[in-house]
Amino acid sequence: MNYKNTYVRKIIGGVLCFVAIWAVVSLLIVTGILPRSVQSLTVKICYYIILALSLDLIVGYLGDLSLGHAAFYAVGAYSGCAFAVYTNLPLLPKFILALIIGGLCAALVGYLISSAIIKLRGDYLAIVTLAFGEFIRSFVKIIPGLGGTKGLIGIPSFESRFGSFTAAYIVVGLVVLCIFNFTHSRHGRMITAIRDNAIAAESVGINIKQTKILVFALSSFMAGMAGVLFGFYKTTLSPSDFTYNLSIEVLVMVVLGGMGSIRGSIIASVIIVALPEFLRGADNYRMLIYAIALIAMMMLNASPRFIALKRKVSESFSQLRARLKR
Amino acid sequence: MKKTFRLFTVALVIFMLATLAGCGADYSDKFVIGGIGPTTGTAASYGQSVRDGAQIAIDEINAAGGVNGVELVLLFEDDEALGDKAKSAYETLMDNGMQVLIGAVTSDASIAINSLTAADGILQITPSASAIEAAANPNTFRVCFTDPLQGVSMANYAYNTLGYRKAAVIHNYDDNYSTGMYEAFIEEFQRLGGTISEDVSFAKDATDFNAQITKIAASDAEFLFMPIYAEKAAQIVITANEKGVDIPLLGGDGLDGILNYLTGDNAKLVEGLIFLTPFISTDTDPAIQSFTQKYTEKYGKAPDQFAADGYDAVYLVKLALEQAGITSPDAVDNAALVAAMTQIELDGLTGHMTFDENGEPMKDAKVAKIIDGVYVAQ
Repeated sequence: MNYKNTYVRKIIGGVLCFVAIWAVVSLLIVTGILPRSVQSLTVKICYYIILALSLDLIVGYLGDLSLGHAAFYAVGAYSGCAFAVYTNLPLLPKFILALIIGGLCAALVGYLISSAIIKLRGDYLAIVTLAFGEFIRSFVKIIPGLGGTKGLIGIPSFESRFGSFTAAYIVVGLVVLCIFNFTHSRHGRMITAIRDNAIAAESVGINIKQTKILVFALSSFMAGMAGVLFGFYKTTLSPSDFTYNLSIEVLVMVVLGGMGSIRGSIIASVIIVALPEFLRGADNYRMLIYAIALIAMMMLNASPRFIALKRKVSESFSQLRARLKR
Repeated sequence: MKKTFRLFTVALVIFMLATLAGCGADYSDKFVIGGIGPTTGTAASYGQSVRDGAQIAIDEINAAGGVNGVELVLLFEDDEALGDKAKSAYETLMDNGMQVLIGAVTSDASIAINSLTAADGILQITPSASAIEAAANPNTFRVCFTDPLQGVSMANYAYNTLGYRKAAVIHNYDDNYSTGMYEAFIEEFQRLGGTISEDVSFAKDATDFNAQITKIAASDAEFLFMPIYAEKAAQIVITANEKGVDIPLLGGDGLDGILNYLTGDNAKLVEGLIFLTPFISTDTDPAIQSFTQKYTEKYGKAPDQFAADGYDAVYLVKLALEQAGITSPDAVDNAALVAAMTQIELDGLTGHMTFDENGEPMKDAKVAKIIDGVYVAQ
């Protein structure tokens, strides 16, 4: 069994899984078995998954701490959605173009920012990205046509819940495929080499600056697309949607999911987005319980016995798979 | 340590399951009124006030036998003043059988759920979202004034009731609330025949108002209109006093609470200040007195205008249900309820109101004056 074989099998398995989940969720939505609150949650989960995965590229794979991810999200949301508001096209082409424009604008900003701050590391980078997040938030307030403090309103949206879920889900699939391929490519190995030992990486001829800028731009592109999905979901955008709280929330998803793990980030996004909604019955104690549950999950996730359990489960899965093959 | 942690986790899981189970309560024999507003986060006080004020109204109505013999129940969901959370809150309420929506409390959240409520055709009454767009759909109504309407009302009050002809205006050009009220005031005051003697502005983070006040001091204005929030207004009043400006002061509901920013002798500077406000808890009106007493007893603090807006919204729902002749929770007809809204008339805590087909309230502006250091309704 060589490397190429495993790769192909992983891709096929992933695609099958992707289609299966889509079929099940779509069926549940179309038949109305899922309550409306969960139906609307599916879209929300989609754009949070993209956000978490894109931040995971920077934090998990590259090993740099960014606290300003909401900025790229905001740039993508505002540019893509402004395009959608001010142009007159049928919904689907408008949506696709908005996605591309939002992604490209965010990638451009990501490219510029990362070129400027590429020499900063660790705490310094974290603070600068944090400040940049607040800068973008104030900046969109003064650009004419974006609605100022009141926000951009009148963003089009998909008529059916099935449509909005499918659109968002396809974007998630593309992003996952892209990240999976990227991290398994030569570039991906260069990035992890930089994370693990920058000096050694440089000594074998890896251009650290270029690689880092590439990661920031790619990550921003995806965050920008997530922003467009958010705008099409919410139908309005306001600067208060992009506070640093959001950057922290996404960072929590990445850390909870285990940095540098696609599957982990996806699972953590689902949990973090869904948990506050499922706790609505707790009324005034909702946010309190949410916080406690978060602490408990983090502690559980870090405990050696839970890690051993997780390994055991995944081993028994692969054993099962091997047996099925025979 | 490990054992405590495990016990703790188990307890947490049980508690979470218990709260989940709590969702499925049965309200099929009641009219279900949903509420959406921030009860956590930085804007939490607004949502909590609306929720608590509305609950007082629900308790009163149920104690008096309900609406057409059917009890009301209020389900209130948190949106943290964010549009996407408001959407989730709305869907949750729809899952729980909501028949009329009171919300959302804040403008952005209200606008974000407008398309959903329009698709469902459900009657939506926002107690306090003041942005024009928040009541744009045929099924949306609002209890509070819009920002421009406040400006129009104060222009009328200054010109007709107080008899002023020359105005000085200072506003915050960074702020939606301020610019909305400012533009409408200028337009209306000039339309009535008044003149704007001096028109100055400042940025959000301004701390020095000497330049603006000097200009106002040199003008022949009879009064100063301040469509801004209380904190900046207090600083402006202090600067004005230093510059010897002592013309009467007027403002919008943002000035509510200005006395909190003026300590000691400075409190005397706003003596005679008149501002537009839908609700003053010290009003001598018996309905307001009764509400204030009940609210203070139950929640341990005086009600604010958001609480009064929530209270009025519930009574609007009651009148609409009666007007539409809906006698059973199974027979709720959204279209009939929406149509009924323009036919009803409510003597509410925030004034006597009727609604036009745009969903805007037709009500008199209520103003308060500061006399001897307390807010007195005029």
